[in-house]
Formats: sequence, C-alpha cells, structure tokens
Amino acid sequence: MISIIDYGAGNLKSVQHALTTLGFESDIVSSKEKIIESDALILPGVGAFRDAMEQLKSMDLAETIKNQAENGKPILGICLGLQLFYETSYENGTWEGLGLLEGEIVRFRDDVKVPHMGWNTLIPHSDVNPEKGLAEGISEKDYAYFVHSFYAEPKNQDEVVLWSDYGLKFPAAVQKGNIYGMQFHPEKSSEVGMKLLKNFGELVT
Amino acid sequence: MLAKRIIPCLDVRNGRVVKGQKFQNIKDVDDPVRLAKTYSELGADELVFYDITASNEERDIFIDVVEQTAEQVHIPFTVGGGIRSVEDFRKVLKAGADKVSVNSAAVKNPQIIQEAAEKFGSQCVVLSIDAKQNEEGRWSVYLNGGRVNTEKDALEWAKEGERLGAGEIVLNAMDTDGIKTGFSLDITKAISEQVNIPVVASGGAGTQKHFLEVLTEGKADAALAASVFHFEEIEIKALKNYLAENDVEVRQIP
Repeated sequence: MISIIDYGAGNLKSVQHALTTLGFESDIVSSKEKIIESDALILPGVGAFRDAMEQLKSMDLAETIKNQAENGKPILGICLGLQLFYETSYENGTWEGLGLLEGEIVRFRDDVKVPHMGWNTLIPHSDVNPEKGLAEGISEKDYAYFVHSFYAEPKNQDEVVLWSDYGLKFPAAVQKGNIYGMQFHPEKSSEVGMKLLKNFGELVT
Repeated sequence: MLAKRIIPCLDVRNGRVVKGQKFQNIKDVDDPVRLAKTYSELGADELVFYDITASNEERDIFIDVVEQTAEQVHIPFTVGGGIRSVEDFRKVLKAGADKVSVNSAAVKNPQIIQEAAEKFGSQCVVLSIDAKQNEEGRWSVYLNGGRVNTEKDALEWAKEGERLGAGEIVLNAMDTDGIKTGFSLDITKAISEQVNIPVVASGGAGTQKHFLEVLTEGKADAALAASVFHFEEIEIKALKNYLAENDVEVRQIP
C-alpha cells in the first residue's frame, strides 16, 4: 500500500487516480499511525514552502515522515514535496526543511519567465542506467509537466537522476537510496509521467 | 528546452461542449470528458474548460465534468467561467482542476487574485483578460462577453495582475475571437514582453500559420483555440509537426 500524505497542500486525487490506473493500491492518509503502517509514502505539494512545513509540523507529521524515511521507508516527493526534503529553502525568507537530502532550494533568475510552467525535456544524468531504476525507459526526447518558481541545488549532484534545462540545468528527478523526488508533476505528465510513477511503484512494492 | 503549449478550449454548458462565434450562435459539439481524452491522446499540452452556464443546477453538472476529467485525463487543465470568490477557487481545485482562471471578478475586485495566490499558490491563479482595440489603437479590458467596456488598459491590467500574484495570463483578443483571421499579435507581444509570467494567446486561430505567428512574432508561451480543433479543421499532431518544422519547440508524441 502506497500512502499519499494529505496535509492540506494540493491535488492528491490526481496522484491517486494515476496510481489506480497503473494498478497500484493507494490510500490518502493524514495520521502518524497510517504513515507508519504503509509500505511507501508520497509527499505531494503545491503552494508555499513555509506554509507546507508549518502544516506538517502542526499536524505533528514532520518528525514521523523524517524518521520513517531515515529508517528506509521509500518516499517520493512531488514538486514542493521534493523541495521539502532539502535542508533550507529561500522562498520568501529562509526556512528549514526536512533535511533528508543535502542542499538548498533557490529561485529561478529573472532572465526567464517565472513560474517555469509547461512541458520541458528530461535529460538523464550521465551515469544513470536507462534500463533500470527510476529513469527506466526515459530518454532526452521525453517531456514532463513542470509548474514551479524554485528548484533544488543539491550538494551531491550524483543524487540527480534526471535534469532539465530552464536558463540553467536543474534537477528534475533525484534519488538517494529510498528517497525519491520529482520536481515535475508525473500525474500530469501523460504517458511519460505514468512511466515514471510506474517505475517508482515497481521499485517500492 | 521548455516547449510552447497548444491548448484546446472547451466551453461547457449543461454538461456538453458547445461552440459559438463572438459569443453567439451556440452549437453543440461533444461530450467534454470524451473530447478531453481525445485531445490528450492527440498531444494537447493542457486543456481549458469554461463553464458558460448560468444556473446552480448546471454548475453541479460542470463540477462533475471536472471530477471525471481529473480521473481520466493525465494532463493539466484550467477551469474558468463564473469564478467569483476564493471559495469558488477551492471548489474547482478540490474537484481536480490544476489552475483556475478568473476574469470579471478580478476586474471588479482585484484582491481576489492576491487572496487566491496566497491561499493556493500563484501557479494555479490565471488572469484571463478579454481585450478589444479602440479607435486610438489602445487595448481596453471588456466584461460580459465583450458587452461592457471597463476603460481599463489591457497592458496595465496584465502588469497589475502579475504584481497581485497571478501565475499566468490568458489574453483573449475579442476582435478576432471565433472569426479565424489570426491571433492579435501586437497586444500579445506587448503583454508577453512586459510581464515575467507565461502568456497564453487566445482568439482568432484559423490556420496552422496563425499558431506559428503568435508563438514566434507574438511571443506567446502558449496558444489556445476551440473551433478549429472541435471541427477538426486543424489536427493537433499535424499542427505540432508543422511548428517543429518551423523551429518552434513543441512536445511531440510518438
């Protein structure tokens, strides 16, 4: 069972519909107990970094999510969910994230339109195996749907699975062991997104 | 590279997709969910649903269409029409819409843009502007399907919308809407150059070349059309091939 964490941020149903279409059982959860019981977690998210962190803390979920992830439970962060995995975000201030991954969340420069909105190409990291893992079957011809103004600057670039390019190269998908992140919305990225969600689902169930 | 987007627009009334000209002569076209699915399969990058109903009863049918689309179609879609409050935003987002476009309500109360952006994030707040050129060549913002001139300058309104927190602008040029003589390039270009958020051009698509023009000369980030797609005068896949041949970055599906 994959649990989608509901903390009041964003469109959970689309993620669940996509998982159902792919044949994965999923549940929308908002309690510690359910998070602890589940086989894998998805942390979705739209909106502001600070609000999301505050909401996770006020629902007393932040520590549980962190502990579960640190103890090896697979977790996928989508969009803001990915950003929350990092140590610090500079979105309208300086905010502390979950600290599961090392690095910072920074804003796109003003030489490009912000938000970065639309379909952009996915560029597999040089040493990523295209035949297995999260990026299985993904090539540079594939597009995913992005909507965001901030992006991750990871300390360790080897954690990047897929890059994308918007004025500069930024991580589109990351992985460190059991911790997965996608900056785009796989649930809105048509066949390519479904392929990536399927890869995640198969890796964790 | 970020691709230019092609967006079919579905006007929905009483659970059916309809199409009119210059907001008149309404014709029934198709089932919205079926059509949304077809467009997604053909390579549409996004969809827009406009609720052109009046009664509350029909509004419920519309919400049902939004829910079914969210379940069956895995590309982003915007919902517009009849959005008057932050609560309306919440309702359609909850039903599964990714973005919400607001038009008249924002003209009457610009704060709605700010409130919605603070609550749900700028990424889902779309400012839709109906503009028409006046005799001096300036573009004014219109309401109620072009019947009411607000005397507001379209370019200034777009900039204000960005400042208030809109994440995208849909510019509907009313002179060309439904008459297929091409998008309005000048105003699209002017707005696109002066705001730092994506601009979607709408109104006037008749040929593939019109799309090419607005996405290059007009500097639009996306182009929206209805009847040319509904009546199969332009096929999305062929349009994207044509744009790619003319060096426009588009998402092509195999």
